[in-house]
Amino acid sequence: MNILKFIETFTDDSLMRSTGSRRDSFSQFGNIGKTLAYASIPFGLSAMANKALAKDITATPATPIGALQFALTLEYLENEFYAMALDSGVIPASENGGRDLKVFQQIAAHEADHVSFLIAGLGGTMSANFVPKPTFDFTVGGAFDPFGDYPTFLALAQAFEDTGVRAYKGQAGNLITTPDLLTAALQIHSVEARHASEVRRLRGLKGWISNDERGAGMPEATQAVYAGEGVTVQAGYNTATLFGAAAGSEAYDEPLATQQVVDIANLFIV
Amino acid sequence: MKNEVKIHEVDPSLNNRRSFLKLSGLTLVTAGLVLAGCSDNDNDEEMDDTSLPGIRNGVFDLGSGDFGVLTYAYALEQLEADFYTKVVNATSFNATFNDTERQVLTDLYHHEVIHRDFFKAALSGALPDPSSQLLPSLAFNYGALNFNSRTEVLATAKALEDTGVAAYNGAGKLIKSPDYLVLAGKIVSVEARHASAIRSLINPNSKDFAGDDVINTSTGLDVAQDPSKILPIAGGFITTKFTAKYLP
Repeated sequence: MNILKFIETFTDDSLMRSTGSRRDSFSQFGNIGKTLAYASIPFGLSAMANKALAKDITATPATPIGALQFALTLEYLENEFYAMALDSGVIPASENGGRDLKVFQQIAAHEADHVSFLIAGLGGTMSANFVPKPTFDFTVGGAFDPFGDYPTFLALAQAFEDTGVRAYKGQAGNLITTPDLLTAALQIHSVEARHASEVRRLRGLKGWISNDERGAGMPEATQAVYAGEGVTVQAGYNTATLFGAAAGSEAYDEPLATQQVVDIANLFIV
Repeated sequence: MKNEVKIHEVDPSLNNRRSFLKLSGLTLVTAGLVLAGCSDNDNDEEMDDTSLPGIRNGVFDLGSGDFGVLTYAYALEQLEADFYTKVVNATSFNATFNDTERQVLTDLYHHEVIHRDFFKAALSGALPDPSSQLLPSLAFNYGALNFNSRTEVLATAKALEDTGVAAYNGAGKLIKSPDYLVLAGKIVSVEARHASAIRSLINPNSKDFAGDDVINTSTGLDVAQDPSKILPIAGGFITTKFTAKYLP
């Protein structure tokens, strides 16, 4: 039995109806209105967006296996996102000394490795613990154009990497009873952080998160990725005392709970 | 050494022993005398609860378990904080580094000093007797390192940040408390962001931010190392003697 279970699939008929009704609800806004409407929806906080999707993922149990399944689904998302971007040609090959392409080829290679590693860790594709790859829509119903518009691709890449860092951190407690799995998860976690730092620099930002700011040029829809990042008290110690709140919050990345990440991921799962 | 460690029975004399050791920590000579007296009675392995940091055999030992790991992290953060403090206060800091580099190095200075002071505060609050169990402020020596050399400073920063990532990744499994584990997790990803940033400054148009020298090319995993592998590296800069006999 898959512990990461999916909401019961709707019939084709109801799926079409729900998709249709979602489109209808935006038709009155026109294209600009549609974009604005989506932009105002924090990731996953839109009941409408979630309920319209038939195959939303749900929170995995707070167990080591659940944590690995959860991680695998996130890695599926990142892996497919970068593979599609590399296929699409949206990433400039020659600007900045070819930096962007080199960066995303490296990130894509790591995410593919993480998918393979986690599948193996769950016992392979025939294991009862294996979870299949969901179907992703990185355009979120047409609101984003990440494979035709490079800034949009970069913005989503930043959101996915910063989410990944927070998501793995949030699973650490679920792995505390399995030291080897915990170590492996930490070893992926720090790779996601290296990625996040570099993607943020490609976008002209610092590699670390100041307060709970998503950063210049990030769609408001990505704010859920940064909610709660502005913490300046750690175990009773005020990290803002020495150099201010921005530095204090930058020095610590905050975890996201499983459900918070599920809500973010579900925006891209159809 | 570790094999000789026995589980200590809690008994009323433990508190007296700790007080005794606390006083002994004031001077090395006194500590030596106290330890000599201890070995006559009940041997080194029963000297103390080995989970607690403190002076053993005249040298500060990091201890084991959560206090040991936190004290280990405190030692590493002291090193990073001291290094960046010297970097940003070097006489030619403004001339050696461009705007972007100065911003990164100043941010890292802030973050690492915050980490150091955080561990000091957290340990002071959590240790049963911080006056004897809190790791003292360490002294450092960077040898011939030229703090006005961009190349040398960035290369050292890269080594320190990569080492920090490997250290936290390796120490996670030693932590018993979920709260402490999450705290370590909050810090290690920032160390990884730092490592990526320094690597980008050194070799910007490349995949070095998460290079094949640190990320396994078949598993996609970063480095994780036990304290016994990390401390000889960090110890190259640390002149204050301490031991980590009860950490793997």
